[in-house]
Amino acid sequence: MIEIEHVSKNFGKKIVLKDVNATVRAGEIFAIIGPSGSGKSTLLRMINLLETPDGGHITLDGTDIRAGPGLTLDIRRKMAMVFQKPAAFDENVYDNIAIGLRMRHVPETEIKKKISDVLEVIGLSGYEKQRAKTLSGGEMQRVALARAMATDPAVLLMDEPTANLDPVATGAIEELVLRINREFGQTVVISTHDMLQGQRLAHRIGVLMNGIFSQVGTPREVFALPKNKDVARFVGIENIFSGRIARISGGVAEIESDGTVINAVTPLPAGTSVCACIKPEDITLHLVDGSQTSARNVLDGRVARMTAFGSVTRLVVECGIPFSVLITWKSAEEMGIAEGKPVKISFKASAVHVVEDTEVRRP
Amino acid sequence: MGYIIDGLREAFHLIVSLDPDVMEITALSLVVSLTATCVATAIALPVGTAVKFTDFPGKKVLINLIQTLYSLPTVIVGLLVFLLITRHGSLGFTGLLFTPQAMILAQTILILPIMTGLTISALSGVDETIRDTIVSLGATRLQFLTSIVREARFAIFAAVAVGFGRAISEVGAAILVGGNIAHRTRVLTTAISLNTSQWEIGTSIALGILLLAIALVVNTGVSLFQQR
Repeated sequence: MIEIEHVSKNFGKKIVLKDVNATVRAGEIFAIIGPSGSGKSTLLRMINLLETPDGGHITLDGTDIRAGPGLTLDIRRKMAMVFQKPAAFDENVYDNIAIGLRMRHVPETEIKKKISDVLEVIGLSGYEKQRAKTLSGGEMQRVALARAMATDPAVLLMDEPTANLDPVATGAIEELVLRINREFGQTVVISTHDMLQGQRLAHRIGVLMNGIFSQVGTPREVFALPKNKDVARFVGIENIFSGRIARISGGVAEIESDGTVINAVTPLPAGTSVCACIKPEDITLHLVDGSQTSARNVLDGRVARMTAFGSVTRLVVECGIPFSVLITWKSAEEMGIAEGKPVKISFKASAVHVVEDTEVRRP
Repeated sequence: MGYIIDGLREAFHLIVSLDPDVMEITALSLVVSLTATCVATAIALPVGTAVKFTDFPGKKVLINLIQTLYSLPTVIVGLLVFLLITRHGSLGFTGLLFTPQAMILAQTILILPIMTGLTISALSGVDETIRDTIVSLGATRLQFLTSIVREARFAIFAAVAVGFGRAISEVGAAILVGGNIAHRTRVLTTAISLNTSQWEIGTSIALGILLLAIALVVNTGVSLFQQR
């Protein structure tokens, strides 16, 4: 549906996008995730013809969106965009949603029907006469979504639509995005710096970092098997250790990182500089005199720090290298965990995701 | 102090009795300044929009110049128009001197800069996301401009009100090109000026009250429109 080929963009001397390549398939929700300033908005704005790429091409259903100035309006009218900042026209809700349809000279009777339909979808039926400026941020953003949806776009572009909203309003928008995708087969390209939102919404995710898509894949692929250290860090894998594969024995690699040995499963050969990525939830905490474990990796350490982390407690266990470990409050209490207490941690070799370290510190 | 009380009493009487002279002067004031405001709006709105949404060399300088002319002295405008339409001036043949039309011309020139400038500010005040949204929705150039102007309508209306306020309250240009001729070109401000110098305090106060009343009505109208 949308092909992005070798797209680049600079703002003055600042290179925002270097060489972006991706395909958005019809009917899918494609999430562009990446840290702030990684160029997510710029990429969306280029798709919507609000920004001109310096290099590369973007095609929509096989047509280069920049094929000629005569086409710009046609192409743009096939898309609709919802922006980060909730903003409404100084009109009532009805006129706010009608604006795109009026630009297309849709008859008023048809507009009326459309608006009542989309208001129903966004859950704001009966709000027609209300001045849009008096709505809450979340409601305004739903109206923006309705305004975009009303024009029946082939592609719905959403630029961090929930970045300025509270969690409840965010949930409502996410619910809507999922619903319009499921019920109407709407193709959606959404950008977010919230990787969990990407995971919740997207069929596929593109991780935009350092001017390129570092990884494009299903949420599972991206979150479980990040392609490199930066992606791993961005998707929230807290334990990332740089090291070297010292030897391979029995199909298990021994990775040396600052004097600590981590056993992992990887096809990479001995001598490779790698990063070992271990999710905190894959690590089990034991008391020193505690039970045996079949896990390949068992390390002695000491609790260096304890912090509340939502409904669990996040520990930093110093084992030569610092590991982040999550345990429930209850377990922490039962085990008598306190800062300074000696503990053991264990994790399976298969829980270690190994990526080649491309930015090796050279002596 | 007695003369002020007497003046107020007389003013009250003049207004309540709808004194024909006072009413005539007020009506002419309204006609001249409203016409000037309409003409200036018809020019300032498209010019302001064009300046705002076109890029050309010297744009910043032009905007700077427009803003400087906000404080254009009324007598200077009066003098310029006078020199233009006086018998020997390049527009002398029009015979406009000492006519309401000359006053309309002078007031239009006087308020054009501030109305153009405030139109530009009003359009600049439209939220960037709204601007992006209009473009993104697939607006043609004309649809874009009309949508933006519509979105800025309250601020533009305020600009019009400021223009009208400056027009109806100015005296310098009206007296120079209008001549303050009774029953022809006498407006509120020029009449106040004359009556005061002739110690017709009651009439001056009556005209002053009417002038303030007009300002009050216009301002109230603008606020009501903006709060709608």
